[in-house]
This record gives sequence, C-alpha cells and structure tokens, in this order.
Amino acid sequence: MMRLVLAVAAFTALAACGQKETAPAPGDESYQETLMAQLIDARSGDIIEIPAGRFAFDRSLSLTVDGVTIRGAGMDKSVLTFANQIAGAEGLLITASDFTIEDLAIEDTKGDALKISEGKNIVIRRVRTEWTTGPKTENGAYGIYPVQVENLLMEESVAIGASDAGLYIGQSKNVIIRNNRAEYNVAGIEIENTFDADVYGNVATNNTGGILVFNMPNLKQPGARTRVFNNEIYENNTKNFGHEGTPVASIPAGSGVVVNSNDQVEIFGNNIRDNKTANVIVASVFSSDIGDGDMSEDFDPYPEKIFVYDNMFEGGGDNPDGLELQALKLAIAGPMGRIPDVLWDGYMDPEASGPQDVLCVQNGEAKVLNVDGPNGNKSPRIAEPAIHDCAFEKLPAVELTEPLAE
Amino acid sequence: MLRFYCICIVFAALASCSERKEPAPVFHAEENPERLSDWGMLAETADELVISDGVTPYDLATPLFSDYALKLRTVWIPNGAPAAYNMDSVFDFPVGTIITKTFYYSVPSNEWTGDVTIGRERSVNGNAIALDHLRLIETRILVHRETGWAALPYIWNEEQTEAVLKRTGAVIPMTLHRGDGRTEEFGYLVPNVNQCAGCHASDATARVIEPIGLKARHLNKASSFAPGFNQLDYWLAKGLLTGGIAGPAPRNAVWTDESEPIEARARAYLDANCSHCHNPVGPADTSGLNLEPDAAGPALGVCKTPIAAGTGTGGRVFSIVPGDPEASITVFRMETDNPGAMMPELGRAVTHKEGVALVSEWIAAMDGECSRSG
Repeated sequence: MMRLVLAVAAFTALAACGQKETAPAPGDESYQETLMAQLIDARSGDIIEIPAGRFAFDRSLSLTVDGVTIRGAGMDKSVLTFANQIAGAEGLLITASDFTIEDLAIEDTKGDALKISEGKNIVIRRVRTEWTTGPKTENGAYGIYPVQVENLLMEESVAIGASDAGLYIGQSKNVIIRNNRAEYNVAGIEIENTFDADVYGNVATNNTGGILVFNMPNLKQPGARTRVFNNEIYENNTKNFGHEGTPVASIPAGSGVVVNSNDQVEIFGNNIRDNKTANVIVASVFSSDIGDGDMSEDFDPYPEKIFVYDNMFEGGGDNPDGLELQALKLAIAGPMGRIPDVLWDGYMDPEASGPQDVLCVQNGEAKVLNVDGPNGNKSPRIAEPAIHDCAFEKLPAVELTEPLAE
Repeated sequence: MLRFYCICIVFAALASCSERKEPAPVFHAEENPERLSDWGMLAETADELVISDGVTPYDLATPLFSDYALKLRTVWIPNGAPAAYNMDSVFDFPVGTIITKTFYYSVPSNEWTGDVTIGRERSVNGNAIALDHLRLIETRILVHRETGWAALPYIWNEEQTEAVLKRTGAVIPMTLHRGDGRTEEFGYLVPNVNQCAGCHASDATARVIEPIGLKARHLNKASSFAPGFNQLDYWLAKGLLTGGIAGPAPRNAVWTDESEPIEARARAYLDANCSHCHNPVGPADTSGLNLEPDAAGPALGVCKTPIAAGTGTGGRVFSIVPGDPEASITVFRMETDNPGAMMPELGRAVTHKEGVALVSEWIAAMDGECSRSG
C-alpha cells in the first residue's frame, strides 16, 4: 500500500513537470492527518520529516511548540499543496521559538504560505513558496512571512508569485536574509519595521519592486539599520498586481530597491540593472498611499541616513510606470533618456540640516533625481553631485546570537 | 486522600460505561479521554442532552459567530473553589475547572442530510435540551490543569450517542438554508488542537491558552437559565464566583437588542468576534488594529491603512471610513468567504449577514472623513 502511494505521488510529480500546467497539480490527501497529528504531538527537540511526495491539504497547519525542526527531502521533492484549501489564513503557521524549517515547498495557499509569528532563533532554509499559476492578484499575500521574530536566518529559499511580498520580514530584530531568490512577486524581498537586517547574496528579478525597506505607521516598533548588499536586482518590471490599499500597491513597476521612511539603510555592492522606473527609490511615507490616513504621533515619516555606494548600475529608468513618471522622464531626460539611478522624493524632516542628512551617494557616475514632492513636483531636478556627496558611518554586520551564532 | 480520589474516578468511569445514568463530573488531570462522556459533563438520552448535576449552563451577552451554529455552554468547578472575579480579564478559575461548549444546529429532518437552518438556541428545560430536529456537531472542552488550560475537540458520532476526541479536527460538509430560501454549501471546521490556541492564546507573547468568554463584560446579563437573576449575581449566589465587585461590572450590549445604541451593539460584536486576536498583545497585534471595547481612533481602524492585509483589503484603503461601510476594509473582511481574506481567520465559512449589517450600520452613522495624500 505504501509503495502504491509513493508510486502515485511520483506519477503526479512527473505529470506536473511534463506539461505547462494551467491548474495546480493535485496531491495525496491522506497525509494531512498524519502531519497534523505530528504537529500537535510535537515535543521540543523533535524533527518532523516530510517525505518526498506531493501532499494535499484542505486546511491550514500550525505548530505551537518550541524547539521543533520540520525537514523535507528538498524544495522540489517534498511539496505541500493547498490549492483546495477551504480554511485557514495561511498554509503553515508557526508560533514558536527555536524553530527550523528546511527543504520543502508550500504551494498555492489561499492566504500566506509560511507565517512565523513571535519567535526567537528561527531558521528558514531552502524553502520554496509558490503560486504555480503565475503572478495573479488572487494569489496569497506573502510567501515566507516571519513577523515579530528575533534572531532570524533565512537562506537559499525561493518565493514566486506572492500578491504582496515574496519574502517579507516584519517588525523583527536581528535578521540575515541571504542567497534567496524572489521572482514574480509584487515585492521580491521586503524588510519592514525591522531593526538590524543584513540582506545579501539574493536574486530579485521579475518582481514589481525588487527589494523594499519600509517603515509603516501605527505599529509597535519602527525600524532602522538595514544593509542591502551584493544582491542581483534586475528587471523587476512585472506589472503591479497587488491589492489596492496594501502598502506595495503603490510601488511602480520597474523599481529596483525602494526605501520608504526607514533610517540608516546602506545599499552597496549590488548589481542593479534594467529596472524600468528607477534602480533605487528613496521616499517618505508622503509619496505613497501608505501615508494616507492617520499616523501615530511618534511615527517618523522621513527616511534618514540612506547611503548608496559602490553598486553596479546598468540601464533602468528608461520606461517608468505611470503617466506622471513618464512625463517626468520626458521633462528630465527627453524621449531617449532615462531616469537617473537614484530617485528621491525630496521630503525632509523640517529639523534636518539638509539633503545630506537624508541621502549620501558615493557611486561613480550615478545621479540623483529629486522629484520635488513637497512642492507638488513643480521643479524636479537632477541634483548637483555635491549635494549628496557625503558619507554616513557604515553599519556593522549583523551577528546572529546563540544558538544561531556562526 | 489521593487514593480515595482515584477510586472515585474509576467508579465514575465504570458508571458511565454501564447504563449512562447519573453521570458525574470527572476532572482528568493529565490524560485526554477518548469519549466526551468520560468527563461527565453532559449525557445524552434518546431525546435529550442532559447537563449533569453541579454543571452550570451559561451564555454571553454577545457571542462569537460560528457559521450559525447554536451553542450550549457549561462550566463546572471542583467543590468549594469559586472563580475569582476580575473586572477586565478572564476570571481566575481554579485547577480542575471544566468548561464545555457544544455546537449544534437546527435541522429540517431528524435524518442527517447535512442540511442546517438558522435557528434559535434551545431553552434548557430542567437540566436538558430536547434533541428533536437538532444535530449535535462537536463539543469542545477547556480543562484547567496544573499545567494550564488545555483545549480538546470532541466530534459527535453519526448516531448522536457519543462524542469522540478528534485532536486533528475535521471539516464537515453542510448546506446552510438561510431564511430567505437560499442555500449555501460550506465546510464546517472543527479546529485541531493547535488551532484552538489560535484564538485561545490571546496573548501572543505568553502563548498561554485560556477561556475567552468568561469575562465580566460578556457574562453580565440577565440569566437565561435562572429567571430573574443577573448571571453574575447568580454565579455569586451559587458559589461559582467570588471577589469584591467594586462598582458596576462592565457590560457588553446584546448585539441583537435594538433598544441599545448601535455603537454599543457593534462594539460588543467586534469585541466578541475579533478582540481575542485584535488586542494590544494578541496574535493580530502585528496589524496595529485593536478591537477591544476601549480602543479608539486609528487603533480601532478609523482612517487606518492596513499593514499586511494582502487580499484582505478588498481593494479598499482604510479599515473604517466614517459614513461609508462599503469603502471600509472591516466590512469587506467580514463579508468575504475567501480563506485568505476573511475575518475571523478561523471558524467561519459563511457570511454572518446580520453581523455585517450591524457593523455597517454603525460605520454608516459615524461622522468624519479620511484624507488621502496620494
């Protein structure tokens, strides 16, 4: 019997590979009870092994016990599909610390694929989350979604097709996001209201926006100190398919790196190319829909100490998203020109001494376009190089603490 | 003493095995019995569900909506150990306390077809409810052990004679017949044990399971089971509850009581249906949205933009737009039945149209407007 089940699983896996699928491939439904019981019975120190195969679930899974590892046989071998999900806002929800998940895939959830809420010492390694029928507004919001976690390592994972962010790290502390791949999401990788994040060695391509570093109002903690370095961020030109009202819905297609209202962000050593709106955008909350409505009074809406240096820029800015940006490009650079590599909305804290508190650029020929947001975009201009010819003290590398110290 | 106690348990178990008569409450300090009857809270006869002696039924001013399931709630405390009153939080129940919640439906036929109707809760006559045209679905146990509260779902069998522990939960296909003649097929969700914590661990940092409804503001109402008594007064008189109640106890409105102000009814509804997650320390504190009775302004959702709502925005920009329920995300999330967008995230598959109408009426009556900068 066991052999038969495995044979069927192998057959469906083959079938899935053999054709360009229009609907998600089905999976073995009998495994749901097994895994659910393992998650319920889990004790600290347990390793829950998910065999190779394609397994179907009709409702969400959750784990509430600290110290558990969930391990599959590979992100293309152990596949949990939620295409027929009828209940639950995510595929797998973890509310626990000292948790490791590796070598499996979660596909076609109705909401988020993998959510990890309020835990410490979290490792996510070689996990794939995917909506298999392409980028669509109906897809779930987040692929891999740790929120309010501390001491996080996310590596070698893959996120495809999220209608919000593929890899989304929210309201967290001390995180390393490295060597992952994000494509065909609205936001490839998003760091939000998070302190001390190192984001490196990742590939972000074919998203609407490649890598985002945001602060949102009305939350318990703001965020600061993110380093985005040595990433490949290219051709993030997919039409925005996010839901209106979400923070990412205001991201123009063709955005490489976007910083919004965050402080102390370093962008260096990346290969950023062919993002059609702009390779780097630095903005305040006032330039995006997320600034609508009421903000808590202690929220700082201005980006500060954003440092762009030693990146490899190529192409991009040649076909920005939306009529306003198109008109702006024409006015600034003419029909054959391009928006400079760094676009800044021009908002500054009234207390700031000048643009050098906001944005420093040490990046060869790269120029900054100030779109003059505070004056209704009346006089957008390419900044004199001297204006942003400054430097901020470089941030230290993020060091994961025990038990994840390397 | 201990030995005596153990013998009692054995005796009670034996008794329940034989004739199913005179069931007596049994606190299982560690093990999770396979059968609901082993707890001795409820017993089923051919035509009645009987509440055991010493077990107290109760109800809430405004309850959680669960796909139109009707509910019978009971509480039992070990002898002589009343719960301690708290003004805002769950009463402090002693170890040994057992709470049950039985989910059932009015059904058009005594033969189970999966068809259910929107009915009214059965009144308790004597100590029993009649089972005629009624289908028992599940009974959830919350038991207070030395190690804390534990949540256990029991599913009633086809014959309706016993409920059996099903820790992995279940989905039960049903067809809802609304009053207007329309029908909807849906999957009724019995949560698994971990999902119980999704609502009952309402402090996401402590992650400790506790009851939700057993707070003063939910229980402070005319008793449905002891005519003429306020439910809290009845509990005090009965020795279920102790502690100085300084000043008037907080009170949630009955959401269906049209003599109450619309705001009080809507806020009671949001409290009962949302605040176990949407509170300042709850699992939904990631959203910055707080739906406890004292929340106000952006925290309550007024002109608040979402954080991570994804599909849940429904294309709308603010949680609540004063005067405009159809532009309010809150209403969208209550209306939709997409699991990736709906609220609450668990325990609802169909739309509670009456709840939506209530919250919509409240928002429609609000003054003010939201500004958009974009």
